[in-house]
Amino acid sequence: MSRARRTKAKPHIALRLTGVVGELMITLGILVGLFVTWQLWWTDVQAGRVQEQALEGLDWAEPAPTLVSVEDTPDEPPPAVVAPAPGETFASILVPRFGSDYEVTVAEGVGKKDVLDTGAIGHYPETAMPGALGNFSLAGHRTTYGKPLNQIADLQVGDPIVVRTQDTWYVYEVTESLIVMPSQIEVIAPVPGLEDGAALPELTERFITLTSCHPMFSARERYIVHGTLTSWMPVSQGTPSALAPAAEGGQ
Amino acid sequence: MYGLLWRLLPGPAWLRVMILLVLAVAVVLVCFEWVFPAIADYMPFNEQTVGEAR
Repeated sequence: MSRARRTKAKPHIALRLTGVVGELMITLGILVGLFVTWQLWWTDVQAGRVQEQALEGLDWAEPAPTLVSVEDTPDEPPPAVVAPAPGETFASILVPRFGSDYEVTVAEGVGKKDVLDTGAIGHYPETAMPGALGNFSLAGHRTTYGKPLNQIADLQVGDPIVVRTQDTWYVYEVTESLIVMPSQIEVIAPVPGLEDGAALPELTERFITLTSCHPMFSARERYIVHGTLTSWMPVSQGTPSALAPAAEGGQ
Repeated sequence: MYGLLWRLLPGPAWLRVMILLVLAVAVVLVCFEWVFPAIADYMPFNEQTVGEAR
């Protein structure tokens, strides 16, 4: 078939339009598929790299492997942590339930671009700092972007959540898991459950709160885990016994 | 649409295939680097926090 004859025999305009629409739809389908691939896989890859660098960038002294049991930890209140600048990484969090090598950096703020989408866990500004009276409140992705809180629903009452700053360990213990609506900001109140606007009682307890999305891949509700501080100790003293399996695994 | 693209490309078939491959990779790159991160901001399933979006 010669080129000239081919161009002469043009199909009807409606047929050609249908062809173009069909090709556009196929293209759209491929683009949606690419987006899903990017969201579910590539964001993890990217955030994983950034998180790895963030952990290395901490450049903190290795704690002595000596395990310190709760009875040997200081009785006095823990030292205050200076409020960090927005986006600054100031702590890391270790959760043996999530794996013996689980460690994720904690940065100030819960903005998506600057903190959460980098695979880090974000600290709600204006909530308490680690170890302080009140509620040390954190947010993290449960799916995508490194999914630091992917296994949040596996946490059981009594599980340790260990927070480390440069010089101090803070050992919290899970007390409660619940599912709330996104608007229920009382979960990050200085006393969890205290209604917004209610008079603040004298603070006596040191809470930790983790928030993430629920159900997975949805934003309809939030999965919340509360805990309280059970002990603290200087990093120079050794490693909290709550991290014992991790320490054993390293030997 | 794609037929027109194929006809507009120069060279023998293998060269056109190569050019199209390069174009496809470029489109994926642009999407992954700029387009998708921008769209993701408007996707409701990326919210992890309580209270208003900050």
